[in-house]
Amino acid sequence: MERHGPTVLRVCRAVVGPDAAEDAWSETFLSAMQAYSKLGVDSNVEAWLVTIAHRKAIDQIRAQGRRAVPTDDLPEKGISTGIPGGWERDLWSALKQLPLKQRQTVAYHYLAGLPYADIAEIVGGTPEAARRAAADGIATLRKTYLNPQLDPDTEGEAP
Amino acid sequence: MMTTGPTLDGSDLFATLPEVDAVTQHRLHDRLVAVATEAGILDVAYRTVDTPLGALLLAATAKGLVRVAYAIEDHDTVLEQLSNRVSPRVLRAPARLDMAAREIEEYFAGRRTRFDLSLDFRLSSGFRRNVLTYLPEIAYGRTASYAELAAAAGNPKAVRAVGTACATNPLPVVVPCHRVVRSDGSVGQYIGGTDAKKMLLTLEAAA
Repeated sequence: MERHGPTVLRVCRAVVGPDAAEDAWSETFLSAMQAYSKLGVDSNVEAWLVTIAHRKAIDQIRAQGRRAVPTDDLPEKGISTGIPGGWERDLWSALKQLPLKQRQTVAYHYLAGLPYADIAEIVGGTPEAARRAAADGIATLRKTYLNPQLDPDTEGEAP
Repeated sequence: MMTTGPTLDGSDLFATLPEVDAVTQHRLHDRLVAVATEAGILDVAYRTVDTPLGALLLAATAKGLVRVAYAIEDHDTVLEQLSNRVSPRVLRAPARLDMAAREIEEYFAGRRTRFDLSLDFRLSSGFRRNVLTYLPEIAYGRTASYAELAAAAGNPKAVRAVGTACATNPLPVVVPCHRVVRSDGSVGQYIGGTDAKKMLLTLEAAA
């Protein structure tokens, strides 16, 4: 289970951003340890962890919505900002402009390597819809992330 | 980063992202260990310790040290076995094994002649387990033959079974199966390899 830690972290960061990702990651693994006996011997551990991370990320997004007071996250902000070798802020500022479903499908397919059939089971809808959401997300990212001068939020630095 | 237009494949977008963010990963891992320990769901803690015989894997349950493994046993395989035989809740948690690691380092430095650690023998059962409980009675720097140990364990004819018990000792070094040698004086087999066994016997003879 431990060896999937880095992948789950990448997925959480892409879906909820660098700061909330750490709580989502922690809750995913704690929950996975508690529920491990429910996992079949032949199951795909990584897909199972991404499924849990998916739910924990949604919890984080809801919690962010509830505590939308601007001063709230200030102390945490500095922790992951600008760590060498860490998550790229530019990528997150591009990702966070995407609709949630595009962000999720992009993360689960391109960062976790899951096939669209599995992704459809996690996010709902058909595999084809998941594929389309990811393609739309990637197309937008090409414009906003690879050409940052077009990004309206370059200096935004929201959490 | 030239692109050939908006294709469906977006892997190149994430190509520059590091696979592993070690700093954050360590911090999150430590936090998970703390929370899981608090919740009582960390069943097997492990770490490695460097010795003159290479890295040893140490694993412990709440009851005590449950496994010591040489690198030639392949640590990933050993962790997989622990996950299957003890519990899948296995995490690297060095602090829980600080004392075991320190005693092993002292042993290899020639400064410790017996281990003072709680042991969990759950990976061994029946006659084999019985044999293991006799091993600490062979004093540091001494040896016993497989035949002597069979007699001590109450079954003088079970010489071969004693050999198997030693070969499958889940706690080498700490439970001194290396002190069991052949009646003809040759060192015999060892889970860490014959050279490792010779090295341990030489270390103990020198102290």
